Amino acid sequence: MSKARMSPLRSSFVHLALAGYTAVALFPVLLTIVNSFKDRNAIFRTPLAPPTANTFSLVGYETVLKQGDFVGYFQNSLIVTVISIFFVLLFGAMAAFALSEYRFRGNTMMGLYLAIGIMIPIRLGTVAILQGMVAAGLVNTLTALILVYTAQGLPLAIFILSEFMRTVSDDLKNAGRIDGLSEYAIFFRLVLPLIKPAMATVAVFTMIPIWNDLWFPLILAPGEATKTVTLGSQVFIGQFVTNWNAVLAALSLAIFPVLILYVIFSRQLIRGITAGAVK
Amino acid sequence: MSSAIMSEDSIQTPARAKRWHILVFLLPAFVIYSAVMILPLVETLRLSLFNTVDGQSTFVGFANFQVLFGQERWAADFWRALKNNFIFFAIHMLVQNPLGIALAAMLSIPKLRLATFYRTAIFLPTLLSFVIVGFIWKLILSPIWGITPFFMDLVGLKAFFAPWLGRPGSALIAVSLISVWQNIGIPMMLIYAALLNIPDEVIEAAECDGVTGWSQFWKIKLPLVLPAIGMVSILTFVGNFNAFDLIYTVQGALAGPDGSTDILGTLLYRTFFGFQLQLGDRSMGATIATVMFLIILAGVSLYLFGIQRRVRRYQF
Repeated sequence: MSKARMSPLRSSFVHLALAGYTAVALFPVLLTIVNSFKDRNAIFRTPLAPPTANTFSLVGYETVLKQGDFVGYFQNSLIVTVISIFFVLLFGAMAAFALSEYRFRGNTMMGLYLAIGIMIPIRLGTVAILQGMVAAGLVNTLTALILVYTAQGLPLAIFILSEFMRTVSDDLKNAGRIDGLSEYAIFFRLVLPLIKPAMATVAVFTMIPIWNDLWFPLILAPGEATKTVTLGSQVFIGQFVTNWNAVLAALSLAIFPVLILYVIFSRQLIRGITAGAVK
Repeated sequence: MSSAIMSEDSIQTPARAKRWHILVFLLPAFVIYSAVMILPLVETLRLSLFNTVDGQSTFVGFANFQVLFGQERWAADFWRALKNNFIFFAIHMLVQNPLGIALAAMLSIPKLRLATFYRTAIFLPTLLSFVIVGFIWKLILSPIWGITPFFMDLVGLKAFFAPWLGRPGSALIAVSLISVWQNIGIPMMLIYAALLNIPDEVIEAAECDGVTGWSQFWKIKLPLVLPAIGMVSILTFVGNFNAFDLIYTVQGALAGPDGSTDILGTLLYRTFFGFQLQLGDRSMGATIATVMFLIILAGVSLYLFGIQRRVRRYQF
Protein backbone atom coordinates (compact mmCIF):
# COMPACT_ATOMS: atom_id res chain seq x y z
CA MET A 1 0.00 0.00 0.00
CA SER A 2 1.51 3.26 -1.03
CA LYS A 3 0.56 6.42 0.72
CA ALA A 4 1.63 9.83 -0.36
CA ARG A 5 4.36 10.71 2.09
CA MET A 6 4.04 13.81 4.16
CA SER A 7 6.80 16.30 3.79
CA PRO A 8 8.85 16.69 7.00
CA LEU A 9 7.65 20.27 7.28
CA ARG A 10 4.00 19.27 7.19
CA SER A 11 4.60 16.43 9.58
CA SER A 12 6.29 18.64 12.13
CA PHE A 13 3.50 21.18 11.83
CA VAL A 14 0.94 18.46 12.58
CA HIS A 15 2.94 17.31 15.60
CA LEU A 16 3.26 20.85 16.82
CA ALA A 17 -0.49 21.40 16.60
CA LEU A 18 -1.41 18.09 18.25
CA ALA A 19 1.21 18.41 20.97
CA GLY A 20 0.04 21.97 21.58
CA TYR A 21 -3.56 20.92 22.07
CA THR A 22 -2.51 17.92 24.16
CA ALA A 23 -0.76 20.36 26.47
CA VAL A 24 -3.92 22.48 26.66
CA ALA A 25 -5.93 19.37 27.55
CA LEU A 26 -3.56 18.00 30.17
CA PHE A 27 -2.10 21.14 31.73
CA PRO A 28 -5.07 22.12 33.95
CA VAL A 29 -5.36 18.58 35.31
CA LEU A 30 -1.65 18.21 35.99
CA LEU A 31 -1.47 21.68 37.52
CA THR A 32 -4.20 20.76 39.99
CA ILE A 33 -2.64 17.46 40.99
CA VAL A 34 0.90 18.83 41.30
CA ASN A 35 -0.16 21.76 43.43
CA SER A 36 -2.30 19.64 45.71
CA PHE A 37 0.94 18.22 47.14
CA LYS A 38 2.48 21.59 47.99
CA ASP A 39 2.18 23.95 50.91
CA ARG A 40 0.24 27.15 50.65
CA ASN A 41 3.16 29.46 49.98
CA ALA A 42 4.51 27.30 47.20
CA ILE A 43 1.11 27.09 45.54
CA PHE A 44 1.12 30.83 45.07
CA ARG A 45 4.81 31.56 44.65
CA THR A 46 5.84 28.77 42.28
CA PRO A 47 2.63 27.25 40.93
CA LEU A 48 4.39 25.64 37.99
CA ALA A 49 7.16 23.91 39.95
CA PRO A 50 6.80 20.31 41.11
CA PRO A 51 6.77 19.83 44.89
CA THR A 52 10.26 19.72 46.40
CA ALA A 53 11.36 18.39 49.78
CA ASN A 54 10.78 21.84 51.23
CA THR A 55 7.41 22.58 49.70
CA PHE A 56 5.86 19.10 49.89
CA SER A 57 2.81 19.06 52.09
CA LEU A 58 -0.28 16.93 52.55
CA VAL A 59 -2.15 19.46 54.65
CA GLY A 60 -4.87 19.75 52.01
CA TYR A 61 -5.55 16.03 52.04
CA GLU A 62 -5.62 16.02 55.84
CA THR A 63 -8.28 18.74 55.84
CA VAL A 64 -10.34 16.96 53.24
CA LEU A 65 -10.26 13.62 55.03
CA LYS A 66 -11.00 15.18 58.40
CA GLN A 67 -13.74 17.60 57.36
CA GLY A 68 -15.50 15.85 54.54
CA ASP A 69 -16.72 12.28 54.50
CA PHE A 70 -15.03 11.50 51.20
CA VAL A 71 -14.85 7.78 51.92
CA GLY A 72 -18.62 7.77 52.35
CA TYR A 73 -19.12 9.80 49.16
CA PHE A 74 -16.99 7.34 47.23
CA GLN A 75 -18.96 4.47 48.63
CA ASN A 76 -22.24 6.07 47.59
CA SER A 77 -21.01 6.82 44.08
CA LEU A 78 -19.65 3.31 43.74
CA ILE A 79 -22.88 1.67 44.93
CA VAL A 80 -25.05 3.82 42.68
CA THR A 81 -22.84 3.38 39.62
CA VAL A 82 -22.26 -0.34 39.94
CA ILE A 83 -25.87 -1.29 40.65
CA SER A 84 -27.19 1.01 37.91
CA ILE A 85 -24.79 -0.44 35.36
CA PHE A 86 -25.75 -3.96 36.40
CA PHE A 87 -29.45 -3.26 35.83
CA VAL A 88 -28.85 -1.36 32.62
CA LEU A 89 -26.83 -4.24 31.21
CA LEU A 90 -29.16 -7.01 32.40
CA PHE A 91 -32.49 -5.39 31.51
CA GLY A 92 -31.06 -3.71 28.45
CA ALA A 93 -29.67 -6.96 27.08
CA MET A 94 -32.95 -8.78 27.79
CA ALA A 95 -35.00 -6.16 25.98
CA ALA A 96 -32.50 -5.99 23.13
CA PHE A 97 -32.71 -9.77 22.78
CA ALA A 98 -36.51 -9.69 22.65
CA LEU A 99 -36.47 -6.94 20.02
CA SER A 100 -33.79 -8.45 17.79
CA GLU A 101 -34.66 -12.14 18.15
CA TYR A 102 -38.44 -12.42 17.99
CA ARG A 103 -40.92 -11.15 15.50
CA PHE A 104 -44.11 -10.02 17.17
CA ARG A 105 -46.68 -7.37 16.56
CA GLY A 106 -45.57 -4.04 18.00
CA ASN A 107 -41.87 -4.87 17.73
CA THR A 108 -40.97 -1.75 15.73
CA MET A 109 -43.20 0.45 17.86
CA MET A 110 -41.60 -0.89 21.02
CA GLY A 111 -38.14 -0.26 19.55
CA LEU A 112 -39.03 3.33 18.71
CA TYR A 113 -40.66 3.87 22.10
CA LEU A 114 -37.53 2.66 23.88
CA ALA A 115 -35.36 4.85 21.61
CA ILE A 116 -37.04 8.15 22.57
CA GLY A 117 -34.78 8.35 25.60
CA ILE A 118 -31.62 8.40 23.48
CA MET A 119 -32.35 11.94 22.36
CA ILE A 120 -34.72 13.34 24.98
CA PRO A 121 -32.87 13.91 28.27
CA ILE A 122 -34.45 12.44 31.39
CA ARG A 123 -33.75 15.70 33.22
CA LEU A 124 -36.73 17.34 31.58
CA GLY A 125 -39.02 15.14 33.68
CA THR A 126 -37.36 16.16 36.94
CA VAL A 127 -40.39 18.02 38.31
CA ALA A 128 -42.52 14.89 38.18
CA ILE A 129 -39.67 12.54 39.08
CA LEU A 130 -39.16 14.42 42.33
CA GLN A 131 -42.90 14.33 42.98
CA GLY A 132 -42.96 10.60 42.38
CA MET A 133 -39.94 9.98 44.60
CA VAL A 134 -41.52 12.05 47.38
CA ALA A 135 -44.71 10.02 47.07
CA ALA A 136 -42.77 6.75 47.14
CA GLY A 137 -40.72 7.93 50.12
CA LEU A 138 -37.49 7.52 48.17
CA VAL A 139 -36.09 11.02 48.54
CA ASN A 140 -32.57 10.97 50.01
CA THR A 141 -32.06 7.32 49.22
CA LEU A 142 -29.61 5.77 46.82
CA THR A 143 -32.51 3.75 45.40
CA ALA A 144 -33.95 6.90 43.84
CA LEU A 145 -30.67 7.58 42.04
CA ILE A 146 -30.32 3.97 40.92
CA LEU A 147 -33.83 3.99 39.45
CA VAL A 148 -33.24 7.23 37.58
CA TYR A 149 -29.86 6.20 36.21
CA THR A 150 -31.14 2.80 35.16
CA ALA A 151 -33.95 4.44 33.20
CA GLN A 152 -31.49 6.95 31.76
CA GLY A 153 -29.03 4.29 30.60
CA LEU A 154 -31.50 1.78 29.14
CA PRO A 155 -32.37 3.44 25.77
CA LEU A 156 -28.81 3.68 24.46
CA ALA A 157 -27.92 0.26 25.90
CA ILE A 158 -30.87 -1.38 24.14
CA PHE A 159 -30.00 0.39 20.89
CA ILE A 160 -26.33 -0.64 20.88
CA LEU A 161 -26.93 -4.16 22.17
CA SER A 162 -29.62 -5.01 19.65
CA GLU A 163 -27.27 -3.98 16.83
CA PHE A 164 -24.77 -6.48 18.20
CA MET A 165 -27.33 -9.22 18.87
CA ARG A 166 -28.30 -9.23 15.22
CA THR A 167 -24.79 -10.40 14.42
CA VAL A 168 -25.06 -13.54 16.60
CA SER A 169 -25.54 -16.51 14.28
CA ASP A 170 -29.04 -17.98 13.98
CA ASP A 171 -27.62 -21.45 13.48
CA LEU A 172 -26.13 -21.40 16.93
CA LYS A 173 -29.42 -20.43 18.55
CA ASN A 174 -31.39 -22.94 16.53
CA ALA A 175 -28.91 -25.66 17.44
CA GLY A 176 -29.57 -24.76 21.05
CA ARG A 177 -33.31 -25.00 20.49
CA ILE A 178 -32.98 -28.43 18.90
CA ASP A 179 -30.96 -29.52 21.92
CA GLY A 180 -33.93 -28.54 24.05
CA LEU A 181 -32.61 -25.35 25.61
CA SER A 182 -35.27 -22.95 26.80
CA GLU A 183 -35.34 -19.43 25.36
CA TYR A 184 -33.95 -18.20 28.69
CA ALA A 185 -31.03 -20.61 28.52
CA ILE A 186 -30.33 -19.56 24.95
CA PHE A 187 -30.17 -15.95 26.06
CA PHE A 188 -28.10 -16.43 29.20
CA ARG A 189 -25.83 -19.28 28.09
CA LEU A 190 -25.38 -18.76 24.35
CA VAL A 191 -25.99 -15.13 23.48
CA LEU A 192 -24.76 -13.18 26.51
CA PRO A 193 -21.21 -14.60 26.46
CA LEU A 194 -20.95 -13.70 22.78
CA ILE A 195 -21.81 -10.04 23.22
CA LYS A 196 -19.46 -9.39 26.15
CA PRO A 197 -17.38 -6.82 24.19
CA ALA A 198 -20.50 -4.83 23.40
CA MET A 199 -21.54 -5.03 27.05
CA ALA A 200 -18.17 -3.56 28.05
CA THR A 201 -18.70 -0.66 25.65
CA VAL A 202 -22.17 0.00 27.00
CA ALA A 203 -20.89 -0.22 30.57
CA VAL A 204 -18.35 2.52 29.94
CA PHE A 205 -20.84 4.77 28.14
CA THR A 206 -23.30 4.28 30.98
CA MET A 207 -20.78 4.79 33.73
CA ILE A 208 -19.36 8.19 32.81
CA PRO A 209 -22.57 10.25 32.96
CA ILE A 210 -23.71 8.48 36.13
CA TRP A 211 -20.46 9.01 38.01
CA ASN A 212 -20.25 12.66 36.94
CA ASP A 213 -23.88 13.68 37.36
CA LEU A 214 -24.61 16.60 39.65
CA TRP A 215 -28.26 17.32 38.82
CA PHE A 216 -30.02 14.29 40.31
CA PRO A 217 -27.91 13.94 43.46
CA LEU A 218 -28.53 17.64 44.06
CA ILE A 219 -32.28 17.29 43.68
CA LEU A 220 -33.11 13.74 44.75
CA ALA A 221 -30.47 12.89 47.33
CA PRO A 222 -28.75 15.97 48.78
CA GLY A 223 -28.60 14.53 52.32
CA GLU A 224 -25.21 14.04 53.94
CA ALA A 225 -25.61 10.25 54.06
CA THR A 226 -26.40 9.88 50.36
CA LYS A 227 -24.05 12.43 48.78
CA THR A 228 -22.12 11.16 45.79
CA VAL A 229 -18.53 12.16 45.08
CA THR A 230 -19.59 14.76 42.54
CA LEU A 231 -22.06 16.45 44.85
CA GLY A 232 -19.81 15.93 47.87
CA SER A 233 -16.86 17.67 46.27
CA GLN A 234 -19.13 20.40 44.94
CA VAL A 235 -20.44 21.20 48.41
CA PHE A 236 -17.08 20.71 50.12
CA ILE A 237 -15.24 23.01 47.73
CA GLY A 238 -18.00 25.57 48.01
CA GLN A 239 -17.41 25.68 51.77
CA PHE A 240 -13.63 25.69 51.65
CA VAL A 241 -13.33 28.08 48.77
CA THR A 242 -10.53 30.11 50.39
CA ASN A 243 -8.57 27.09 51.59
CA TRP A 244 -6.60 26.41 48.44
CA ASN A 245 -4.84 23.35 49.81
CA ALA A 246 -8.13 21.71 50.64
CA VAL A 247 -9.74 22.66 47.33
CA LEU A 248 -6.85 21.32 45.27
CA ALA A 249 -6.72 18.14 47.34
CA ALA A 250 -10.46 17.56 47.00
CA LEU A 251 -10.26 18.07 43.24
CA SER A 252 -7.32 15.67 42.99
CA LEU A 253 -9.15 13.06 45.04
CA ALA A 254 -12.07 13.31 42.63
CA ILE A 255 -9.75 13.06 39.61
CA PHE A 256 -7.62 10.07 40.72
CA PRO A 257 -10.17 7.26 40.32
CA VAL A 258 -11.18 8.51 36.88
CA LEU A 259 -7.56 8.86 35.87
CA ILE A 260 -6.61 5.37 37.07
CA LEU A 261 -9.60 3.74 35.37
CA TYR A 262 -8.89 5.68 32.19
CA VAL A 263 -5.25 4.62 32.08
CA ILE A 264 -6.35 0.99 32.42
CA PHE A 265 -9.34 1.04 30.07
CA SER A 266 -8.58 3.79 27.57
CA ARG A 267 -7.86 1.33 24.76
CA GLN A 268 -11.16 -0.46 25.17
CA LEU A 269 -13.07 2.76 25.58
CA ILE A 270 -11.66 4.31 22.43
CA ARG A 271 -12.11 1.10 20.48
CA GLY A 272 -15.73 1.03 21.64
CA ILE A 273 -16.37 4.58 20.52
CA THR A 274 -14.69 4.20 17.17
CA ALA A 275 -16.36 0.85 16.44
CA GLY A 276 -19.94 1.34 17.43
CA ALA A 277 -20.80 4.99 17.65
CA VAL A 278 -21.01 6.04 14.02
CA LYS A 279 -23.71 4.40 11.99
CA MET B 1 -49.08 -3.40 24.73
CA SER B 2 -48.99 -6.79 26.43
CA SER B 3 -51.55 -8.33 24.12
CA ALA B 4 -49.43 -7.28 21.17
CA ILE B 5 -46.37 -8.86 22.68
CA MET B 6 -48.04 -12.20 23.23
CA SER B 7 -49.75 -12.29 19.88
CA GLU B 8 -48.96 -15.22 17.66
CA ASP B 9 -46.24 -15.03 15.09
CA SER B 10 -47.79 -16.96 12.27
CA ILE B 11 -44.72 -17.28 10.10
CA GLN B 12 -42.06 -18.63 12.38
CA THR B 13 -43.73 -20.64 15.07
CA PRO B 14 -47.18 -21.75 14.07
CA ALA B 15 -47.35 -24.49 16.66
CA ARG B 16 -46.33 -22.65 19.79
CA ALA B 17 -48.92 -21.11 22.07
CA LYS B 18 -48.39 -17.94 24.02
CA ARG B 19 -44.78 -16.83 24.04
CA TRP B 20 -44.43 -15.56 27.56
CA HIS B 21 -40.67 -15.28 27.37
CA ILE B 22 -40.90 -12.24 25.08
CA LEU B 23 -42.90 -10.49 27.77
CA VAL B 24 -40.46 -11.56 30.46
CA PHE B 25 -37.50 -10.25 28.45
CA LEU B 26 -39.14 -6.92 27.71
CA LEU B 27 -40.96 -6.23 30.94
CA PRO B 28 -38.23 -5.04 33.36
CA ALA B 29 -36.77 -2.52 30.92
CA PHE B 30 -40.23 -1.40 29.81
CA VAL B 31 -41.50 -0.90 33.36
CA ILE B 32 -38.50 1.03 34.71
CA TYR B 33 -38.15 3.14 31.57
CA SER B 34 -41.85 3.96 31.48
CA ALA B 35 -42.23 4.60 35.19
CA VAL B 36 -39.11 6.68 35.77
CA MET B 37 -38.64 8.37 32.42
CA ILE B 38 -41.66 8.52 30.13
CA LEU B 39 -44.46 8.97 32.66
CA PRO B 40 -42.66 11.75 34.56
CA LEU B 41 -41.93 13.44 31.25
CA VAL B 42 -45.59 13.28 30.27
CA GLU B 43 -46.63 14.35 33.76
CA THR B 44 -44.25 17.32 33.56
CA LEU B 45 -45.76 18.37 30.24
CA ARG B 46 -49.23 18.04 31.81
CA LEU B 47 -48.23 20.05 34.90
CA SER B 48 -47.23 22.95 32.69
CA LEU B 49 -50.94 23.43 31.95
CA PHE B 50 -51.88 23.57 35.63
CA ASN B 51 -51.26 26.06 38.39
CA THR B 52 -52.21 26.49 42.01
CA VAL B 53 -55.32 28.63 42.39
CA ASP B 54 -56.59 29.06 45.98
CA GLY B 55 -54.45 26.15 47.12
CA GLN B 56 -55.96 23.87 44.49
CA SER B 57 -54.29 22.56 41.40
CA THR B 58 -56.36 23.94 38.55
CA PHE B 59 -56.24 23.64 34.80
CA VAL B 60 -55.15 26.99 33.42
CA GLY B 61 -54.49 26.22 29.77
CA PHE B 62 -51.56 28.11 28.39
CA ALA B 63 -51.63 30.78 31.09
CA ASN B 64 -48.27 29.61 32.51
CA PHE B 65 -46.69 30.09 29.11
CA GLN B 66 -48.22 33.55 28.81
CA VAL B 67 -46.70 34.44 32.16
CA LEU B 68 -43.33 33.01 31.18
CA PHE B 69 -43.20 34.77 27.81
CA GLY B 70 -44.92 37.99 28.72
CA GLN B 71 -45.10 38.86 32.40
CA GLU B 72 -42.43 41.26 33.50
CA ARG B 73 -40.99 39.24 36.39
CA TRP B 74 -40.57 36.07 34.32
CA ALA B 75 -40.16 37.18 30.74
CA ALA B 76 -36.90 39.11 31.21
CA ASP B 77 -35.24 36.11 32.87
CA PHE B 78 -36.63 33.66 30.39
CA TRP B 79 -35.69 35.49 27.21
CA ARG B 80 -32.24 36.23 28.57
CA ALA B 81 -31.71 32.57 29.44
CA LEU B 82 -32.91 31.54 25.99
CA LYS B 83 -30.63 34.04 24.28
CA ASN B 84 -27.67 32.98 26.42
CA ASN B 85 -28.43 29.36 25.63
CA PHE B 86 -28.27 30.08 21.90
CA ILE B 87 -24.97 31.92 22.34
CA PHE B 88 -23.71 28.96 24.39
CA PHE B 89 -24.70 26.64 21.56
CA ALA B 90 -23.25 28.91 18.86
CA ILE B 91 -19.86 29.01 20.57
CA HIS B 92 -19.83 25.21 20.73
CA MET B 93 -20.70 24.94 17.05
CA LEU B 94 -18.13 27.55 16.00
CA VAL B 95 -15.25 26.51 18.24
CA GLN B 96 -15.72 22.99 19.52
CA ASN B 97 -16.81 21.25 16.35
CA PRO B 98 -14.37 22.80 13.83
CA LEU B 99 -11.54 22.28 16.30
CA GLY B 100 -12.70 18.71 16.87
CA ILE B 101 -12.76 18.07 13.13
CA ALA B 102 -9.28 19.55 12.75
CA LEU B 103 -7.87 17.40 15.55
CA ALA B 104 -9.57 14.30 14.13
CA ALA B 105 -8.19 15.03 10.66
CA MET B 106 -4.67 15.32 12.02
CA LEU B 107 -5.00 12.20 14.18
CA SER B 108 -6.23 10.13 11.26
CA ILE B 109 -3.11 10.76 9.19
CA PRO B 110 -1.78 7.25 8.55
CA LYS B 111 1.31 6.13 10.44
CA LEU B 112 1.40 9.26 12.55
CA ARG B 113 3.69 8.67 15.48
CA LEU B 114 2.32 9.25 19.00
CA ALA B 115 -1.25 9.34 17.63
CA THR B 116 -2.50 7.04 20.41
CA PHE B 117 -0.97 9.24 23.05
CA TYR B 118 -2.47 12.45 21.63
CA ARG B 119 -5.86 10.80 21.26
CA THR B 120 -5.88 9.45 24.81
CA ALA B 121 -4.72 12.73 26.32
CA ILE B 122 -7.13 14.99 24.43
CA PHE B 123 -10.07 12.79 25.40
CA LEU B 124 -9.24 12.89 29.12
CA PRO B 125 -11.14 16.12 30.04
CA THR B 126 -14.31 14.63 28.57
CA LEU B 127 -14.32 12.00 31.30
CA LEU B 128 -14.02 14.44 34.19
CA SER B 129 -17.14 15.73 35.86
CA PHE B 130 -18.35 19.27 35.28
CA VAL B 131 -17.67 19.95 38.92
CA ILE B 132 -13.98 19.13 38.64
CA VAL B 133 -13.61 20.99 35.35
CA GLY B 134 -15.50 24.02 36.59
CA PHE B 135 -13.42 24.42 39.73
CA ILE B 136 -10.10 23.78 38.00
CA TRP B 137 -10.79 26.55 35.49
CA LYS B 138 -12.10 28.84 38.18
CA LEU B 139 -8.74 28.51 39.91
CA ILE B 140 -6.73 28.90 36.72
CA LEU B 141 -8.61 32.00 35.58
CA SER B 142 -8.54 33.47 39.06
CA PRO B 143 -6.52 36.68 39.32
CA ILE B 144 -5.51 35.60 42.84
CA TRP B 145 -3.53 32.61 41.65
CA GLY B 146 -2.15 34.41 38.64
CA ILE B 147 -1.54 31.41 36.37
CA THR B 148 -3.29 32.97 33.39
CA PRO B 149 -1.62 36.40 33.64
CA PHE B 150 1.72 34.60 33.98
CA PHE B 151 1.22 32.74 30.71
CA MET B 152 -0.13 35.81 28.94
CA ASP B 153 2.97 37.65 30.08
CA LEU B 154 5.13 35.08 28.28
CA VAL B 155 3.55 36.06 24.97
CA GLY B 156 3.39 39.73 25.84
CA LEU B 157 -0.37 39.94 26.29
CA LYS B 158 -0.52 40.48 30.02
CA ALA B 159 -2.25 43.81 29.54
CA PHE B 160 -5.26 42.00 28.08
CA PHE B 161 -5.87 39.83 31.13
CA ALA B 162 -9.11 40.42 32.96
CA PRO B 163 -11.09 38.39 35.48
CA TRP B 164 -13.26 37.14 32.64
CA LEU B 165 -15.55 34.98 34.75
CA GLY B 166 -16.43 37.96 36.89
CA ARG B 167 -17.46 40.35 34.14
CA PRO B 168 -20.94 40.29 32.66
CA GLY B 169 -19.57 40.99 29.19
CA SER B 170 -17.20 38.05 29.03
CA ALA B 171 -18.47 35.50 31.57
CA LEU B 172 -20.72 33.61 29.16
CA ILE B 173 -17.98 33.30 26.56
CA ALA B 174 -15.51 32.15 29.21
CA VAL B 175 -17.91 29.50 30.55
CA SER B 176 -18.72 28.32 27.02
CA LEU B 177 -15.04 27.93 26.24
CA ILE B 178 -14.52 25.91 29.42
CA SER B 179 -17.32 23.65 28.27
CA VAL B 180 -15.69 23.42 24.83
CA TRP B 181 -12.41 22.44 26.46
CA GLN B 182 -14.17 19.66 28.30
CA ASN B 183 -16.39 18.30 25.54
CA ILE B 184 -14.13 18.50 22.52
CA GLY B 185 -13.26 14.82 22.88
CA ILE B 186 -16.71 13.80 21.64
CA PRO B 187 -16.64 15.44 18.17
CA MET B 188 -12.99 14.51 17.86
CA MET B 189 -13.62 10.82 18.50
CA LEU B 190 -16.79 10.47 16.41
CA ILE B 191 -15.28 12.22 13.41
CA TYR B 192 -11.99 10.39 13.86
CA ALA B 193 -13.96 7.12 13.71
CA ALA B 194 -15.76 8.25 10.57
CA LEU B 195 -12.48 9.23 8.93
CA LEU B 196 -10.99 5.82 9.72
CA ASN B 197 -13.99 4.19 8.06
CA ILE B 198 -13.19 5.74 4.69
CA PRO B 199 -11.77 2.87 2.62
CA ASP B 200 -8.18 3.07 1.44
CA GLU B 201 -9.28 2.59 -2.17
CA VAL B 202 -11.10 5.91 -2.16
CA ILE B 203 -8.06 7.73 -0.85
CA GLU B 204 -5.76 5.90 -3.26
CA ALA B 205 -8.00 6.76 -6.20
CA ALA B 206 -7.90 10.39 -5.14
CA GLU B 207 -4.13 10.26 -4.96
CA CYS B 208 -3.91 8.74 -8.44
CA ASP B 209 -5.91 11.71 -9.67
CA GLY B 210 -3.48 14.02 -7.94
CA VAL B 211 -5.90 15.07 -5.19
CA THR B 212 -3.78 15.24 -2.05
CA GLY B 213 -3.32 17.26 1.11
CA TRP B 214 -5.74 20.09 1.70
CA SER B 215 -7.84 19.60 -1.40
CA GLN B 216 -8.14 15.91 -0.55
CA PHE B 217 -9.47 16.81 2.87
CA TRP B 218 -11.98 19.34 1.56
CA LYS B 219 -13.13 17.48 -1.55
CA ILE B 220 -12.98 13.83 -0.51
CA LYS B 221 -12.87 13.31 3.23
CA LEU B 222 -15.10 16.08 4.56
CA PRO B 223 -18.08 15.20 2.34
CA LEU B 224 -17.71 11.57 3.40
CA VAL B 225 -17.89 12.37 7.10
CA LEU B 226 -20.84 14.78 6.85
CA PRO B 227 -23.23 12.27 8.50
CA ALA B 228 -20.92 12.12 11.52
CA ILE B 229 -20.74 15.91 11.63
CA GLY B 230 -24.54 16.02 11.57
CA MET B 231 -24.69 13.62 14.49
CA VAL B 232 -22.12 15.60 16.45
CA SER B 233 -24.17 18.76 15.86
CA ILE B 234 -27.37 17.27 17.21
CA LEU B 235 -25.57 15.79 20.22
CA THR B 236 -24.11 19.24 20.89
CA PHE B 237 -27.55 20.81 20.56
CA VAL B 238 -29.24 18.43 22.98
CA GLY B 239 -26.34 18.64 25.42
CA ASN B 240 -26.27 22.44 25.38
CA PHE B 241 -29.98 22.99 25.83
CA ASN B 242 -29.96 20.63 28.76
CA ALA B 243 -26.74 21.94 30.31
CA PHE B 244 -26.65 22.93 33.95
CA ASP B 245 -23.80 21.43 35.96
CA LEU B 246 -20.90 23.52 34.67
CA ILE B 247 -22.60 26.87 35.09
CA TYR B 248 -23.94 25.89 38.50
CA THR B 249 -20.42 24.96 39.58
CA VAL B 250 -18.59 27.95 38.15
CA GLN B 251 -21.13 30.71 38.63
CA GLY B 252 -23.58 29.32 41.19
CA ALA B 253 -27.34 28.90 40.89
CA LEU B 254 -27.82 32.60 40.21
CA ALA B 255 -25.61 32.21 37.12
CA GLY B 256 -23.81 35.46 37.82
CA PRO B 257 -22.42 37.98 37.41
CA ASP B 258 -25.78 39.64 37.18
CA GLY B 259 -27.41 36.65 35.49
CA SER B 260 -25.16 36.99 32.49
CA THR B 261 -24.49 33.25 32.29
CA ASP B 262 -28.04 32.12 33.03
CA ILE B 263 -29.21 29.42 30.63
CA LEU B 264 -32.40 27.37 30.57
CA GLY B 265 -30.97 24.62 32.82
CA THR B 266 -30.04 27.01 35.62
CA LEU B 267 -33.30 28.92 35.22
CA LEU B 268 -35.22 25.64 35.53
CA TYR B 269 -33.29 24.74 38.68
CA ARG B 270 -33.91 28.07 40.38
CA THR B 271 -37.53 28.19 39.38
CA PHE B 272 -38.48 24.67 40.25
CA PHE B 273 -36.30 24.09 43.26
CA GLY B 274 -36.13 27.60 44.66
CA PHE B 275 -33.03 29.46 45.63
CA GLN B 276 -32.28 31.58 48.67
CA LEU B 277 -35.39 33.70 49.26
CA GLN B 278 -37.20 32.61 46.15
CA LEU B 279 -39.54 29.68 46.77
CA GLY B 280 -39.72 26.78 44.38
CA ASP B 281 -42.58 26.91 41.88
CA ARG B 282 -43.60 23.54 40.51
CA SER B 283 -45.92 24.74 37.78
CA MET B 284 -43.51 27.29 36.39
CA GLY B 285 -40.69 24.75 36.65
CA ALA B 286 -42.76 22.33 34.60
CA THR B 287 -43.49 25.12 32.13
CA ILE B 288 -39.80 25.85 31.61
CA ALA B 289 -39.06 22.11 31.30
CA THR B 290 -41.79 21.90 28.67
CA VAL B 291 -40.25 24.75 26.69
CA MET B 292 -36.88 22.99 26.88
CA PHE B 293 -38.54 19.78 25.75
CA LEU B 294 -40.12 21.52 22.75
CA ILE B 295 -36.83 23.17 21.77
CA ILE B 296 -34.96 19.86 21.96
CA LEU B 297 -37.76 18.05 20.15
CA ALA B 298 -37.69 20.66 17.38
CA GLY B 299 -33.94 20.29 17.03
CA VAL B 300 -34.06 16.50 17.00
CA SER B 301 -36.93 16.43 14.47
CA LEU B 302 -35.12 18.89 12.23
CA TYR B 303 -32.11 16.62 12.38
CA LEU B 304 -33.97 13.34 11.83
CA PHE B 305 -36.30 14.49 9.07
CA GLY B 306 -34.53 17.45 7.57
CA ILE B 307 -30.81 16.86 7.76
CA GLN B 308 -30.13 13.19 8.29
CA ARG B 309 -32.27 12.10 5.34
CA ARG B 310 -30.81 14.67 2.99
CA VAL B 311 -27.15 14.11 3.76
CA ARG B 312 -25.85 11.85 1.05
CA ARG B 313 -24.48 8.60 2.41
CA TYR B 314 -21.91 6.55 0.62
CA GLN B 315 -21.98 2.81 0.90
CA PHE B 316 -18.62 1.16 0.65
